Amino acid sequence: MSELTSLTIAEARRKLRAKEITATELTEAYISAIDAANAHLNAYIKVTPDLARLMAKNSDERIAAGKAGDLEGIPLGIKDLFATVGVHTQACSHILDGFEPRYESTVTRNLWDDGAVMLGKLNMDEFAMGSSNETSHYGAVINPWRAAGSNQQLVPGGSSGGSAAAVAAHLCAGATATDTGGSIRQPAAFTGTVGIKPTYGRCSRWGTVAFASSLDQAGPIARDVRDAAILLKSMASVDAKDTTSVDLPVPDYEAAIGQSLKGMKIGIPNEYRVDGMPEEIESIWQQGIAWLKDAGAEIVNISLPHTKYALPAYYIVAPAEASSNLARYDGVRYGLRVDGKDIVDMYEKTRAAGFGQEVKRRIMIGTYVLSAGYYDAYYLRAQKVRTLIKRDFELAFDAGVDAILTPATPSSAFGVADEDLASDPVKMYLNDIFTVTVNMAGLPGIAVPAGLDHKGLPLGLQLIGKAFDEETLFKTAHVIEQAAGKFTAAKWW
Amino acid sequence: MSVDLATVKRVARLARIAVSEEEANRMVGELNGILGFVEQLSEVNVDGVEAMTSVTPMDMKKRTDVVNDGNKAEDVVANAPITDHNFFLVPKVVE
Repeated sequence: MSELTSLTIAEARRKLRAKEITATELTEAYISAIDAANAHLNAYIKVTPDLARLMAKNSDERIAAGKAGDLEGIPLGIKDLFATVGVHTQACSHILDGFEPRYESTVTRNLWDDGAVMLGKLNMDEFAMGSSNETSHYGAVINPWRAAGSNQQLVPGGSSGGSAAAVAAHLCAGATATDTGGSIRQPAAFTGTVGIKPTYGRCSRWGTVAFASSLDQAGPIARDVRDAAILLKSMASVDAKDTTSVDLPVPDYEAAIGQSLKGMKIGIPNEYRVDGMPEEIESIWQQGIAWLKDAGAEIVNISLPHTKYALPAYYIVAPAEASSNLARYDGVRYGLRVDGKDIVDMYEKTRAAGFGQEVKRRIMIGTYVLSAGYYDAYYLRAQKVRTLIKRDFELAFDAGVDAILTPATPSSAFGVADEDLASDPVKMYLNDIFTVTVNMAGLPGIAVPAGLDHKGLPLGLQLIGKAFDEETLFKTAHVIEQAAGKFTAAKWW
Repeated sequence: MSVDLATVKRVARLARIAVSEEEANRMVGELNGILGFVEQLSEVNVDGVEAMTSVTPMDMKKRTDVVNDGNKAEDVVANAPITDHNFFLVPKVVE
């Protein structure tokens, strides 16, 4: 059975179509793998074996009838942020206690329309607020990776930590994820998987629990670049239900893989070097530069001078939008309700009991920066800085740069319950220092594994592209993947 | 800028989150840490810079003004903690 779960989506697709395997066999293999692993990794917070078996059976019938969709019979894990009809959807928060939507998110609808099979819902930081998957109401996810010679539990990153861990541990063929400040790319980098945050507007946000609406984007986490391309093609669409969904046809991303880099210009931003960054991060970056040069790309130094302001601006914009979006959790329409002596007391008690510490902290910051007298000093200024961050990228692309290469994260995976990080929220926020600029500018970014550090833990590189030029990212990331090889965690669970 | 205990309590009230004295005290330090971090934005010259309103330059899509969905009262209240005849029930708000 285990060999079935080691197949990539592309390999499984070929075997399914050639009728060498069935969707039912593939799905059963994953259900067994989840049964054996989930108590150790906590990647899934809800497994849906009956639904998966039914969907797989339907896939087998469609394959037999010659009506296979692009993802026919491929078992996927779904981040708990996506609304799935009749199935646990709580953004891993206590405040959505018992919520089972009557509607399906556009992204998951697209996947099921293409024949994919749902294995269950994946753990995540509560409301996607976190960089270690430790803020989940359902407990921390454990990274399938361990440092060489150590059994210390490591975080898989966040907020899409369940997605990244499940993909890395072969508990699904691929997973949906979302990225508001780095929540796809940072966990992908921590687990040796590939994650792409597409351009803002490429995937519909309809039916995805909102965190910061001007930054949130869905994307896949997959085992390799080709699988990420296959998944994104299915997830992306033009959607009348999301006014920010862009009216552009979805390209065949897979076709970009294998194309030459000759004549391409890759920008290297000097500002992506931070104090205290391990030497290994710098050397993997230099290695990436050498690989792209060998593949025929021209390397140019560029400057993105407002880089250091992206994270502080994010910690105004994102909490402000979150405080507004999360106002809807009031104990009246869905989820948890704690009774009070009057309606305001009920609101306050419900929200106090339903939200975790990190979510409360961000709602408080957001409420403060939007409150009377502070709006101009904080929110308006942050939105102006955001314009400058976006302009930095535009100037680089206008000067002929096709894509930008940076490290994905300032470190490899760190320990669960790290005391240093727990005592200072800002230290945890710094995990997103290289990824958050991309959300602020609405651009696409991909994290691809590039090597292992001295502890034997994965390190990733990030490629940033022009708006709606995901194809260049897939093409370039594939060259890095070919040079670096793929990395699989040694099984201990 | 920094917040004191009274401000934290006022903001918690605005955000409709009940906080204990102990929580409020802890939040003073945490929020000041974050506000101190974002303070560096004050060194950026934003004179004449337009505030971002849409990250992707596009016209807001408008749909035709027709009824194309509805009659889903049961779906709408299906997840509510307390309902009666497809109404949400809340504590008395008008005396």
